[in-house]
Amino acid sequence: MANAHAERVLDALGDPTRRAVFARLRGRARSVGEIAAGLDVSRPAVSQHLKVLRDARLVTARAEGTRRVYAVDPRGIEAARDWLDGFWDRALAAFKEAAEREASKEKGSK
Amino acid sequence: MRDDSHVESMDPNSVRKVVTVEAPQATAWRVFTEGMSTWWPLAQYKIGQANAVAAIVEPFAGGRWYERGEDGSTCDWGRVVAWEPPARLVLTWDIGADWKYDPGLGTELEIRFIAEGDRRTRVELEHRRLDRYGARRDEMREIFDKGGDWGRLLARFAEVAAHGS
Repeated sequence: MANAHAERVLDALGDPTRRAVFARLRGRARSVGEIAAGLDVSRPAVSQHLKVLRDARLVTARAEGTRRVYAVDPRGIEAARDWLDGFWDRALAAFKEAAEREASKEKGSK
Repeated sequence: MRDDSHVESMDPNSVRKVVTVEAPQATAWRVFTEGMSTWWPLAQYKIGQANAVAAIVEPFAGGRWYERGEDGSTCDWGRVVAWEPPARLVLTWDIGADWKYDPGLGTELEIRFIAEGDRRTRVELEHRRLDRYGARRDEMREIFDKGGDWGRLLARFAEVAAHGS
């Protein structure tokens, strides 16, 4: 039940430089060059950090002409949020949904 | 759900949650117990090697509580201590801090279903005897309960970060 994905996400964001790379994607997608321009980090180092962020599904990459553009991937964030929300919060929220779905089905069949 | 869950417990060995569902008491009981597979987050909350396809609570005191994998294998989670439909269910939660079944662990879950009129039920959950986790109690309590302030901050940051991407 350990959430392996959430752990990868938290590990990835545990490095301050990588966190800065991730923060550069706040609000909009950017290329490696654009990301590096705002930071005191070489482009190869930025690429390496982006690889770790992609493995944790924190960022996505897509081709735009001849360059690659990186953006925030909500899946990594959702995994971390699930983990942070607390086990019983998440389980009970799911139970509430199922019980209410069942109740409205019963009501409809009467 | 989050709005319903501010019941704070001062007991370090227990986590309490409350949720109000728009469903009759009998329905809430049935969905929680025999319908557990329809809502339990099996993709993440399971301990076996196989993909889990069902979560089963045997309907009697002394019964098993377990998951079944797609290959037919089963992994125990705990036992039924009290089976009192449609009002009260007590289970042991025998999953260790390493997320493996430990029949001697004996943390306890009590779930109460309280009718609030014909169509609404207040469901109270308590996960107690967390002292059974020994040195890892606080860590486990945090997992069962919630992430705390830094968790909410990260979530808010993530929302801002993801917006417009």
